[in-house]
Amino acid sequence: MSLHRFANPARFMRLSAALLPWCSAAAAALIAIGLYLALFVAPPDYQQGEAVRIMFVHVPSAWMASFVYALIAVASAVALIWRHPLADIAAQGAAPLGAGFTLLCLVTGSLWGERMWGTWWVWDARLTSVLVLFFLYLGYLALVNAFDDPGRGARAGAILALVGIVNLPIIKFSVDWWHTLHQPASVFRLGGPTIAAAMLWPLLVMAVGFMLFFFALLMIRMRTTLMAAKIRALRLAEIDRLAAARRPAAAS
Amino acid sequence: MTRKRRRLFAVLLGLGMLAVATTLVLLALSSNDSLAFFISPSELKTEKGPDGRRLRLGGLVQQSSVVRSADGKTVRFRVTDGNNAVAVTYTGLLPDLFREGQGVVVEGKLGADGALDADTVLAKHDEKYMPREVVDALKKSGHWQEGAAGGPAQETAR
Repeated sequence: MSLHRFANPARFMRLSAALLPWCSAAAAALIAIGLYLALFVAPPDYQQGEAVRIMFVHVPSAWMASFVYALIAVASAVALIWRHPLADIAAQGAAPLGAGFTLLCLVTGSLWGERMWGTWWVWDARLTSVLVLFFLYLGYLALVNAFDDPGRGARAGAILALVGIVNLPIIKFSVDWWHTLHQPASVFRLGGPTIAAAMLWPLLVMAVGFMLFFFALLMIRMRTTLMAAKIRALRLAEIDRLAAARRPAAAS
Repeated sequence: MTRKRRRLFAVLLGLGMLAVATTLVLLALSSNDSLAFFISPSELKTEKGPDGRRLRLGGLVQQSSVVRSADGKTVRFRVTDGNNAVAVTYTGLLPDLFREGQGVVVEGKLGADGALDADTVLAKHDEKYMPREVVDALKKSGHWQEGAAGGPAQETAR
């Protein structure tokens, strides 16, 4: 199995140790450049004025919210079918990050909506489906930690993550299928983006920065989990060794 | 290997059934438009329902239809989708984006005269993001199309 090569924890530790500094540095640089471009270089919008700058945080976090969920679903499928040791660790490492991006998307969207639409919140199909995504993340995290046996928790969480994937196309196409207050897609749409290049570039820089930021955090979280497991194994081995050393002494 | 394959088929089968079930549920829900946040003036015209019911109506603010009362608090305008228009009365603060030709969603009670007594006016903005200068240049060269949210509706609304 070629996939097994990358699912080897020792190999992952080596690979991630090499990648992590570069990934973190690139994320920090891109987000710094992206924020500068977004706040100082990008022009104000013809309708929304300066308020459009919320988009440069809102849209990348919305993209990440969906992307991270898709990644969790794929990792869950791999964990359920092939029982790869890293798949569950990746899914559980990604879930709080995805929940964070979703919360950021909801909060910035609410602030933006108050300025532009005249309301903090409406129950239209787009906003509601993203709120459902947030609850799916929370439900996944709660379910994974609800069992005494971590293996059972991971399996229950993986099934929930796979079922919840139906929400992703609903989020994406809600603005096309139904009348919503939220406007339709501006970037990933047939016929090309409807966003001026001077605003699109800062947005894409921010999006790549968010993506690298996520992967840096994911690597840190997965490494921490693996190292904690290793420490636990070493402690158990130490206890066994001490117990074995004491036994003859107690007998004599 | 057979075990892995069996789990693979179980997951694929489960996802397939989930996709079918979701599609059916969404089709059922969409058939009576209960997932729509608002209805258009044309949909309101064909829809049967009692006067005095609450509804949300979406469309463009018709050009030169906005009339403010003497005290400046109450505003009357028409919401159009190009084919039909509904008169709206609203008292209160309007969102910054509210102007003629702009997409809006209004919520309120439908009067017996077919006019909407709104208590909420929300502005909708379209999927276009552009700097002021680009819009001015496009308008100058005649390539600008107003009201993308309404599309061709805007042409007839003028």
